[in-house]
Amino acid sequence: MKVLVTVKEVAEVEDDFEIDGTGVDDRYLEYDLNEWDDYAVEEAVQLQEAGDDIEVVSVTIGPERAEETIRMALAKGVDRAIRVWDDALDQDLLDTATKARVFRAVVEEEEPDLILTGVQAGDDAFGATGVALAESVGQEWAAVVNQLDIDHLLAENVARVHRELEGGVEELTDVELPAVLTIQTGINEPRYASLRGIRQAQSKEIAPKTLADLGLEAGDVESSLFLTEMYEPESESDATLFEGSAEETAAELASVLREKGVGAE
Amino acid sequence: MSADVLAVAEHRRGDLRDVSFELVTAGRELADATGGDLHVAVISGDVDGFAEELSLDGVDVVHTVDYGEEFNHDVYVQAVEALYDEVDPTAVVMPNSVNGLDYAPAVAERLALPLVTDAVGFEWDGALTATREMYGSKVETTVEVESERVAVTIRGGEWPAEETHDGAEVRAFDFEPDEDAIRSTVTGFEEVGAGDVDISEAEVLVSVGRGIEEEENIELVQRLADALGATLSSSRPIVDNGWLPKNRQVGQSGKVVTPKVYIAVGISGAVQHVAGMKGAETIVAINTDPNAPIFDIADYGIVGDLFEVVPELIEEFGGE
Ligand SMILES: Cc1cc2nc3c(=O)[nH]c(=O)nc-3n(C[C@H](O)[C@H](O)[C@H](O)COP(=O)(O)OP(=O)(O)OC[C@H]3O[C@@H](n4cnc5c(N)ncnc54)[C@H](O)[C@@H]3O)c2cc1C
Ligand SMILES: Nc1ncnc2c1ncn2[C@@H]1O[C@H](COP(=O)(O)O)[C@@H](O)[C@H]1O
Repeated sequence: MKVLVTVKEVAEVEDDFEIDGTGVDDRYLEYDLNEWDDYAVEEAVQLQEAGDDIEVVSVTIGPERAEETIRMALAKGVDRAIRVWDDALDQDLLDTATKARVFRAVVEEEEPDLILTGVQAGDDAFGATGVALAESVGQEWAAVVNQLDIDHLLAENVARVHRELEGGVEELTDVELPAVLTIQTGINEPRYASLRGIRQAQSKEIAPKTLADLGLEAGDVESSLFLTEMYEPESESDATLFEGSAEETAAELASVLREKGVGAE
Repeated sequence: MSADVLAVAEHRRGDLRDVSFELVTAGRELADATGGDLHVAVISGDVDGFAEELSLDGVDVVHTVDYGEEFNHDVYVQAVEALYDEVDPTAVVMPNSVNGLDYAPAVAERLALPLVTDAVGFEWDGALTATREMYGSKVETTVEVESERVAVTIRGGEWPAEETHDGAEVRAFDFEPDEDAIRSTVTGFEEVGAGDVDISEAEVLVSVGRGIEEEENIELVQRLADALGATLSSSRPIVDNGWLPKNRQVGQSGKVVTPKVYIAVGISGAVQHVAGMKGAETIVAINTDPNAPIFDIADYGIVGDLFEVVPELIEEFGGE
C-alpha cells in the first residue's frame, strides 16, 4: 500500500510587517511546515506503523528553500519525497486547478492508494486542493476529517472517517479507497522528530521534478486567478487600548471589568 | 452563457443553515452586477419546505432536487453539474462551510471553472474580482479571475441574511443521478463536546489561546478565571493539544458563546474562532501583536505579554 501526503511550506508573517506590492516583504516572513499537513504526515506515519509494507511518500510544489521543511516530514517517518518546481510555477498565486493538475501528474506516476492533504494551507487558505485533486483523478474523498479508523482501513480498504462539521457535530462517513482525505488538526498528536529520525532524513531522497519530468508544459499551469492587491485591512475597531506597564494596564482593565460587574462578590 | 447566477443552499438535519439566506443576498448582489437572474438550488432533504423558505426577495427561481435526505457530496456534485447545464450561469455561488469545502472544489474541477474560496466581498466587471484574506486575517487581498465564468464560495456572516419573503418560481428539477458514482456513504452524526461545563451558559469567559505556549501555563489563566468568578474556555489549538477538553472550545467547530464579557488571552482572532464569540457583549483582548485581528473586534485591549499582564490582573482581583 502506498500513501501520498501533500506537504506545503507556508509563510507566516511576523507581528510587525510591511507589504511590498502584492506580497508581504520577505524580511517579515518565516517559513514552516503547514500546521494541517503536520497532522496529515502523522496520520500517514501511524498508518504505516499499524500495517505491513506501507510506503509513505510526500510531495510538495515549492522552490528549493522548501526542502528544509520537507526534511521535517522525512524526519518524522515519511520514506521519500518529491519536490515539483519550475520557473512557470513561480507565480504570485497558484490557483487550485493548477495545483490539482500538477499533483495529478504525480498521482498518475505514483498510483497511491490513499492521499492525505491538509484541510487548508495556513497562508492563503483556499481549503480546496485535496477535493479538487480527488475529482481530477477520479477518486473518492472526504473533507475535514478529524477521525480515521486505521484498523478498518487496513482490513477493509474503506476509510471510515468522522468529518468535523460546525457546532460540535461530526458526520460519520465511509469512503472507498483509493481516496483523498483532507486532514483536520486535532486528529492525532503530531510527533516531534527524534534525533535518529533527523539523522535518517539526511539520507532520504527528495526527488526534484520539473514540469517536463511530469509530462506537463508551462501552458498547463497558467493560473486563472491573479493577486492584484494586498493591504492591511482597515481596522473597524474602536477598541480602547490601554498602554503602559503591565501593572498600569492591568489596573485600568480591572476597573473596566469591575464596572461591568466582573469579579464583584 | 447566460448572465445568471446559481447559488446552492445548505441545510443539515432538517433545517436550512444561516448561510443559505446570506447566499441569497450575495447571489443577488452578483446577479445585479452581471445583469442576470438569481437561481437558487436546494438539494436533498425536505426540498419543498426549503423551497418555500427560500422564496425570498431577489430570488427568481428555486430549483428543488428531491434526492436523499442529508448532504452527500457525490449527489451534490452531480446535481450542481446538471443544474449548471440547465441554467448555464456565469457564476456558481456556494457556502465556504465544511460541507461547501467538501463539494465546491469538485464542482469547480468538474466544470473547469476557476475557484475562489472564502470570499468576503466581490465585484463584477465582466469577470469577478474577489476580496479574500490571507495569513490568518492579517492581510486582505483582491483576486482577479481571468475567466467569464467562475465558482466562488462565500464566508459565512459577511453578507446580511435575506429574510423578506416574496414568491419565487419553484421548479422541481428532473434529476437522475448515476448511482454508481455515489461512492461515499454517510452513516450518521455524532454530537461531541458534551461534558460537565457548558461554556455557552457562562456570563464571563476567560479564554486561552496558543500564546500560552505550554500546558503547565494554562493554570495561570485558570487562576485568572477563578479570581474573576469566570469560566475557562479556549481556542482550538489548546483542545487539539489535549490541554483542555473539547467542551471548552469556542468557535466554528466548538461552541458559539455570547457571554457578557469575553476575555481572549493569547488568541489571534482567526475567523473560525471569531465565529464563536463575536456575539459577546464586551470583548477584551490581551495579545502581544498589535496587528492581531482580535483587536478589530475587541472593545478593550492590552497590547502586552500575557505572562506579565495576567499575574497583575489576578492580583487586582485578589486572586491567588
Ligand atoms: C475548518 C476549521 C475549523 C476551525 N474551528 C475552530 C474553532 O472552532 N475554534 C478555534 O479557535 N479555531 C478553529 N480553527 C482554527 C483557526 O483557524 C486558528 O488556527 C485558531 O483559532 C488559532 O488559535 P489561537 O488564536 O489560539 O492561535 P494563534 O493563531 O497561533 O494565535 C496565538 C496568539 O497569541 C499571541 N501571543 C503569543 N505570545 C503571547 C504572549 N506572551 N502574550 C500575549 N499574547 C501572545 C500571538 O500574537 C497570537 O496572536 C478552525 C480551522 C478550520 C480550518
Ligand atoms: N504548494 C503546495 N505544495 C504541497 N502541498 C500543497 C501545496 N498547496 C496546497 N497543498 C496541500 O493542499 C492542502 C490544502 O491547501 P489549500 O487548498 O491551498 O488551502 C494543504 O494542506 C497541502 O496539503
